[in-house]
Amino acid sequence: MEREFFILLSFVAISTGLLVVLAKNPIHSALSLVACFVQIAALFVLLGSPFLAVIQIFVYVGAIMVLFLFVIMMLDVRKEAHTRFIKKGALPTFFILLILAAEVLFLLTQSSRLHEIMAPEPVLLDEPIKQLSLILFQDFLLPFEIASVILLVALIGAVIMARDDGRKPPQHSGQKTGEANPTAHKPIISKTIISKTIISKTIVPKPIEQKQQTTVEVNK
Amino acid sequence: MIPISWYLILGAVLFIIGAAGVLLRRNVLIVLMSLELMLNSVNINLIAFGHEMNDPRGQIIAIFIIAITAAEVAIALGILVASLRNKHTLEVDDLSILKG
Repeated sequence: MEREFFILLSFVAISTGLLVVLAKNPIHSALSLVACFVQIAALFVLLGSPFLAVIQIFVYVGAIMVLFLFVIMMLDVRKEAHTRFIKKGALPTFFILLILAAEVLFLLTQSSRLHEIMAPEPVLLDEPIKQLSLILFQDFLLPFEIASVILLVALIGAVIMARDDGRKPPQHSGQKTGEANPTAHKPIISKTIISKTIISKTIVPKPIEQKQQTTVEVNK
Repeated sequence: MIPISWYLILGAVLFIIGAAGVLLRRNVLIVLMSLELMLNSVNINLIAFGHEMNDPRGQIIAIFIIAITAAEVAIALGILVASLRNKHTLEVDDLSILKG
């Protein structure tokens, strides 16, 4: 029964993982990545580590992917649907990826040392989560504290990075560009920090150029 | 009982899919998401070995990987938003400010 579950979960995980890479719309790939993470969490349950499964769902699905979706929604992804998916010159990359895949799978299936490791049958610990917490807070106390400091630094860094630097508050540039060219694409960030006088000089010609470029690409 | 090699092969396949996403796609967001996929496949390997050798340290290192990944994503998306404010593009090839 376990094997059927594993095959089902890994099949869905691999297909959603492929969809992450192949989907044109970034929102679709983010949602399929969420599905892939849920499958991997279920695999962690199969591996006898339910705590990791819960952390996987909380942190990855609950925090990281929601952050991704917020950033995607802040940006304008409509332009991405028109760009070409795989550019020219990707053939060497495909070749390198094929070599990597062949090497990794060959090593996994043919290595004799690995099969030696796999031989002993596992003995289940009693109260695995208790063991986990004891080891985490005794042997790995210093890395634990360092990880918390890293998270704090990342928090401060992200706030400082995404801040507006005290410049002018964001203005919506929809009116002017909309009058000039109603069907053109908006700039990729919906809120711009440039004042309106600069917009009227510099930003207005841009959408026309972008539109010309996209029509040329479509004609090709 | 599932043999550990199945888990390792699943981890390898997911890692290669993530590497393909990093190398082939030019959208910054999808490159970051493929990085997440690669880190997750590494987590599968760690937990599978920890389960097989009956050692909880595999799970602990996976916990640290998840924490570092959260920090990395926060910083990366902050940098992405800040750079998009100045340069209106999502393409990896166009973000070449640091090129000498």
